[in-house]
Amino acid sequence: MITVRSVSGSSQSPRSPSSQPFLSVSVTDPVKLGNGVQAYISYRVITKTNFPEYQGPEKIVIRRYSDFVWLRDRLFEKYKGIFIPPLPEKSAVEKFRFSAEFIEMRRQALDIFVNRIASHQELQQSEDLRTFLQADEEMMERLRSHETGIFKKKPADLMQIFKDVQSRVSDVVLGKEKPVEESNPEYEKLKNYVFELENHLAEAQKHAYRLVKRHRELGQSLSDFGKAAKLLGACEGNALGKAFSELGAKSETLSIKLQKEAHQLLMSFEEPLKDYVRAVQSIKATIAERANAFRQQCELAETIKLKEINLDKLMLTRSDKVGEAEIEYKELKAASEEATNRFETIVRLMNEEIVRFQEQKTVDMGIAFHEFAKGQARLANGIADAWRSLLPKLEVCSS
Amino acid sequence: MMSHENHGDEDASGYADLRESRDEMESLALDDSSNGPASSSSLTDRQSRRTAFNSILEPPSYAEAIFTSFDSSSSNGFHRNQNLPPRPDPFSHSDFLRIWVSDPRKEQELAANSLVPGGTTYYTYLITTRTNLPEYGGPGSEFSVRRRFKDVVTLSDRLSESYRGFFVPIRPDKSLVDSQVMQMGQFVEQRRSALEKYLNRLASHPAVQKSEELRVFLVVKGKLPLAKSIDVASRMLDGAVRLPKQLLGDAAAAAAATVEASQATQPARGGRDLLRMLRELKQSVANDWGRVKPLVVEEDKEFLERKEWLVEFEHHLSNISKEAETLVKAQQDTGETMGELGLAFVKLTNFETEEAILDSQRVRATDMKNLATAAVKASRLYRELNAQTVKHLDKLHEYLGVMLAANGAFSDRSSALLTVQTLSSDLVSLQSRIEKLEAASSKIFGGDRSRMRKIEDLKETARVTEDAKSCAVREYERIKDNNRDELERFDKERHIDFMDMLKGFVLNQVTPRRWQMRGRISQRKLSDMLEMAAENFGFELLFS
Repeated sequence: MITVRSVSGSSQSPRSPSSQPFLSVSVTDPVKLGNGVQAYISYRVITKTNFPEYQGPEKIVIRRYSDFVWLRDRLFEKYKGIFIPPLPEKSAVEKFRFSAEFIEMRRQALDIFVNRIASHQELQQSEDLRTFLQADEEMMERLRSHETGIFKKKPADLMQIFKDVQSRVSDVVLGKEKPVEESNPEYEKLKNYVFELENHLAEAQKHAYRLVKRHRELGQSLSDFGKAAKLLGACEGNALGKAFSELGAKSETLSIKLQKEAHQLLMSFEEPLKDYVRAVQSIKATIAERANAFRQQCELAETIKLKEINLDKLMLTRSDKVGEAEIEYKELKAASEEATNRFETIVRLMNEEIVRFQEQKTVDMGIAFHEFAKGQARLANGIADAWRSLLPKLEVCSS
Repeated sequence: MMSHENHGDEDASGYADLRESRDEMESLALDDSSNGPASSSSLTDRQSRRTAFNSILEPPSYAEAIFTSFDSSSSNGFHRNQNLPPRPDPFSHSDFLRIWVSDPRKEQELAANSLVPGGTTYYTYLITTRTNLPEYGGPGSEFSVRRRFKDVVTLSDRLSESYRGFFVPIRPDKSLVDSQVMQMGQFVEQRRSALEKYLNRLASHPAVQKSEELRVFLVVKGKLPLAKSIDVASRMLDGAVRLPKQLLGDAAAAAAATVEASQATQPARGGRDLLRMLRELKQSVANDWGRVKPLVVEEDKEFLERKEWLVEFEHHLSNISKEAETLVKAQQDTGETMGELGLAFVKLTNFETEEAILDSQRVRATDMKNLATAAVKASRLYRELNAQTVKHLDKLHEYLGVMLAANGAFSDRSSALLTVQTLSSDLVSLQSRIEKLEAASSKIFGGDRSRMRKIEDLKETARVTEDAKSCAVREYERIKDNNRDELERFDKERHIDFMDMLKGFVLNQVTPRRWQMRGRISQRKLSDMLEMAAENFGFELLFS
């Protein structure tokens, strides 16, 4: 199983006095709560840390999926430019929602999610993270329900949305239909890379999932075949019958092996692949944010130019609107600087993030493929050994 | 089925490691070094996916090679090279008889009587036989004839008549099973293959092998000189000359029709010998519902037990055959998906290597490639595994056919018994009629002329019936003997065949034959490769 633990410093015992700063989280112990349509799964989140900002060395809280969603949304808002770790999807199929396998898959994904945040240099400082890890359940519920629907957006953002619509309309009117984009060839290359990577990963994941299913089907058919062989063996009686019975028993044993391997394949290989598909989608969200920031910067720059011209005009005509216009101009200038900062921060962060992402991906994919190869080797050996062990028994039966 | 070891390749006894292959087909050119990446064109359909495999790792002949079976019992090779004689078989058993069916040809039937000009078309097949049997001319004999399916039906019908009580192999179906839908070409190929299997089964049956009917079928060129049936009544309908005695005798006596002695050795043909059929039907109803037990019954307890056991056996056999099919399909699917996954790996690796903007991406490239190769090889392992599994487990399916043949043999027995029972009842009723008449006429002094004549007629009829009954009894006993012999043979051969099948199946799972023979990849080697790949990935983890 792949787990990503805190990377800041070595893993020392939390009680060690001169220990380096660490933050370690685990998501465990899923429990079904509530009834009927309202039923949900709650998880126990255990935090161990020596960060000074935290209340204590250890804290245990109960959280549910929508709490994780809240955390993610907050981080996405605050830390534009950083690739926020992805969350597992909501389950579309009702029936599947409470199956043991789905719950385990989700728990694992949530565990990885929180740990990635905890090991990210910037994200681990987040106040929202602290809230998530420490707040009591009632506070969490308040925060969670507060952040639904359009109330997610702050008033300033609402204004920005209107402005965006405005400028887009004017762009169309003025004939500038294409949204303004960066003309950075390296960045273009990166964007293409990201989009294509998603495709490749998704395809690999699709086949990985199918392979899991195939393992299960093969396991099932071996089990059925084994049962049928045993029945025939019982009917035949004597040596031949015994041979069939042995075959049947071995077949059933192999079936169990296959089911186990299928589960391993799912958790250690298919899920990490899926995780990275989500991770790439998260990068795409950041790319969108960067595009937004860029556009804002451009529009503000445009608006400032217009305002400048207007201001000059007003100054020439010695209009009494000059004062107002000057104030407006100053405000716009400040906003423009802010927008430029925002954009440049995003660019800087993204460059760091991309490096970190690739390194992490190489490690994680390495582990995943290692697990895959190990699992398949184990399976191949197991199968060969199992059948081989049957041969002497068959010899006995035929002599 | 119950075959001799005519084809030496199917030797599954012992787990002798590497045997010299008698295989003359092209081997898999399994290139262990990782080749260049495949062109990542759209790989949506199966065919191009296979081609993608080829372009990555194999020479083009691979796709063909893996899907033709490899041992000498295959007909595919011969099928393609119809001008070449079948490979010389080093075995020279004295009862070696091997048949190939090939070269289907469409031919016109000149329908002289038909209203529609031109007539219908039908297919003929080239039937080639090689044998050492003395009846066929001794060692090294070879024959070729052309036959159509109708001829096969005739052969099958005649064998059923001549070999009552034997487990005569069942011929292929005349038409498709409802659920099947296929093109003509596919159907012809399916039929060709089925015919070949059928004829070889006939050839391996110790009794049928020596039959004149089979010899004529295999040897005599031109039109098949076998009448459809030796049944007298049907011959009558077909315009044959001999009239049964009953029509020459008294018209009244004809009503209580006698059975010619020779006819007693044949079952009442479906629908043709109506009178006899009706009487036997009446008898069977009396057997089931009458208050009086028939005079002759199936007494052989051992036989009855055996028959019951066979019913249970057939049920289990059918069950395992079905599960075997599912197993094979699951193996096939797994192999396929493995291959697709390997391909996806290759594409991913190539993409990461080519589009890499950072060095970290290239680090794993070689390892990934190796893993991808391993996955694709695993896929081929599964496929090869499967091709062999199919052949082994096919034995189960074959024995379902044997069960059908057995049922035929048992119904021969019961219909022979029915004939005996019918004749016995006839005899009994004749006797009682004679007694009654004699009793009545003895009351009249001097006797009643017409009554006397009648008594004479009845006594004559009784004598004939007595003869017929003797014949029928002899026939019944003969069939019973055949049944018993066949059951013994069935037991013995089933033991051998199934043991071989089990060993072959298990051995194959450990190491697919083909790969074993070529010293190429086995499950063991594959797992080694995978372990190495795993270690390569783990290598860096130790140092991170």
